[in-house]
Amino acid sequence: MRPIIKVENIAKRYRIGASQAAYQTLRDTIAEKVRTPLRRLRSGGAGARAEESIWALSDVSFEIEPGEVVGIIGRNGAGKSTILKILSRITEPTLGRVELYGRVASLLEVGTGFHQELTGRENIFLNGAILGMRRAEINAKFDEIVAFAEIEKFIDTPVKRYSSGMYLRLAFAVAAHLDPEILIVDEVLAVGDANFQRKCLNKMQDVRESGRTVLFVSHNMTAVTRLCQRAILLNEGRVMEDGPSHQVVSAYLSSGLRATSSREWPDPAEAPGNGKVQLRSVRVRTEEGANADALDIRKPVGVEIEFDVLEPGHVLAPNYHFYNEEGVYLFMAAERDTAWRSRPRPAGRYKSTAWVPGNLLSEGTMVVSVAVSTPEPVAIHFFERDVVAFQVVDKLEGGSARGDYSGPMPGVIRPLLEWETEYTPAAGAGALSGGQTA
Amino acid sequence: MRGLSTREETSALIEPQATNAAHGSPPPLSTQFLPEKPVVIIEPSRKGAGLGLRDLWAYRELLFFLAWRDLKVRYKQTVLGVLWVLLQPLLMTIIFTVFIGFLVQVPTQGRPYALLVYIGLLPWTFFSSAVLQSGTSIVSNAHLITKVYFPRLIIPAAAVTARLVDFAISFIILAGLMIYFRAGLTAQIALVPALILLVALLALGFGMLVSALNVKYRDIGVMLPVVLQLWMFVSPVVYPLTLVPEKWRVVYSLNPVVGIISGFRSAILGDAFEWHALAVSAAVAIILPIYSAYLFRRVERGFADII
Repeated sequence: MRPIIKVENIAKRYRIGASQAAYQTLRDTIAEKVRTPLRRLRSGGAGARAEESIWALSDVSFEIEPGEVVGIIGRNGAGKSTILKILSRITEPTLGRVELYGRVASLLEVGTGFHQELTGRENIFLNGAILGMRRAEINAKFDEIVAFAEIEKFIDTPVKRYSSGMYLRLAFAVAAHLDPEILIVDEVLAVGDANFQRKCLNKMQDVRESGRTVLFVSHNMTAVTRLCQRAILLNEGRVMEDGPSHQVVSAYLSSGLRATSSREWPDPAEAPGNGKVQLRSVRVRTEEGANADALDIRKPVGVEIEFDVLEPGHVLAPNYHFYNEEGVYLFMAAERDTAWRSRPRPAGRYKSTAWVPGNLLSEGTMVVSVAVSTPEPVAIHFFERDVVAFQVVDKLEGGSARGDYSGPMPGVIRPLLEWETEYTPAAGAGALSGGQTA
Repeated sequence: MRGLSTREETSALIEPQATNAAHGSPPPLSTQFLPEKPVVIIEPSRKGAGLGLRDLWAYRELLFFLAWRDLKVRYKQTVLGVLWVLLQPLLMTIIFTVFIGFLVQVPTQGRPYALLVYIGLLPWTFFSSAVLQSGTSIVSNAHLITKVYFPRLIIPAAAVTARLVDFAISFIILAGLMIYFRAGLTAQIALVPALILLVALLALGFGMLVSALNVKYRDIGVMLPVVLQLWMFVSPVVYPLTLVPEKWRVVYSLNPVVGIISGFRSAILGDAFEWHALAVSAAVAIILPIYSAYLFRRVERGFADII
């Protein structure tokens, strides 16, 4: 069968200067033009700034057949979003060529172009047009969209009065009724409550069954394995694996591409954070203080964060988000140290460690995202996804929830529970056993 | 190819309901009609990228929707709404009439100054607000540019279109003033649509140029209101063209707005046209949008990366 998407050796270079400064001022450009004519002449112009750029993608090729649903996975910065942006024609590749044999709709965020002041009805038309729908097409699907979003009563209310749930439902409803041959979706499922996510996943399943081609970027490994037959794993802008999604997902999870139990940002320019707070390091440690990749299921696991407060006077709470290898969100934990609760912090370095009790996590890989935020009013100073990961291992030495059982144990947590057992002898049995022992 | 062969073996195991698509036994409806030639080819663009007129045509409805959004939002957010479109040039007319018409006593060749200045303000208000808004439109629509594809030229064009609607509305006051001052019409009024087209093209030309440059050089957006303010005073908006000494008029008329504004006055009041000035305006109004559109197309590929 002929492919519907043909990606040939695409590469994308970003200028670091451009991404950091966001834009240049006229003065800078003039100054630079005056300063660099000689350098430009010598090196032939274009290549002069090669050292100041990074390749977000290099030599990426793949083909996708009609009707395939393909997941694109990889850790942050692997080039996933860049690929989607190239395929949806938002940005151009630096090298290479892509051929698309069908109409493309891309959904890099829900509600692109929604305007707060406009009503639900008006936004459906506006958003539909932005996503490439014809007016006649929107008219024809209007009732369906409204019904899917469950906002019949509020259709003529400005969306600024919508709850966030209604807003998301409406935004997704418009996108879900696009009718392209190729659908490109980025992480939209990461928003909304569980109900909404389920609805989105079901809709995606419908899309798949209707024979459309879908490209889907996600951190949610459960969603990728469930929705996609095939997955492509990217690392540092290159294709690492391409094959059946469950194989690629498990290769990803075990490859150490994201499983590192300690991370440091020695260079403040690269550290996550804003002008107020900056991340220094995160590590997973044992009670004895050693760094650890694999931890005994019976022992507490310490997750330690070091961060600098650059601007004093903010109430801050570091918080952790634990996920398992399938991307299931296990729990969130925020610092509860009474010394710093509701108390503005002076500038300086802080180190906090949270202890996850032994016999709570299940076996397998746990992935931690970290953030530092201000609780009231809510402000997130940084939120770094999938920073560290560690293995939880049951050595089968007893003392864990397994007991003497060594087979597979399902479940996202594995607490060691207190069991109480009462025994009441059966009427006849007591006499019999009594008789035997006697 | 590697992905293909491994998928053959395992897809049945993981996703029983998806095997149809993978094995291709009955291909889904949409795939039976896969076109011979690619619908879209994505490549690093060469220097001489065309204007993408076919794409613009395909997205023509978006032009309408974006202009409509602009108007709707503007009129919704203000208490007086659409009245502002009428009030703004009217208030300006009153201010200029008091300060320039009455205090400075600009010679008006017997015309009521208020009428003269309103006819000048009519195309000028359109021109300056259209240039200002389309000039900053790409930056203010950054959220669209980084998230979805459509021909980017639509954004500055929609900004000009929205102002064109305001322009049309402000003709209502003109009708009122004409009746009040008992100014008669001549056959020259028939030239007004052509003048509107010229000023719209001129505004679009400047708007596209500024909007493209403003993405990279934000100084331009900051400077723009000041430039437009100065521009107004070197255009015959609050004074008639006849105030400019004869020997300077050729140089003065190099400003492409001169021919259009004096042209509006001539067409509405039935005076003689300044053909030289009008010729300059027409030439610029035709050449500039073409140049700007090509320049815009050349730099638009970088918008999403630097915005």
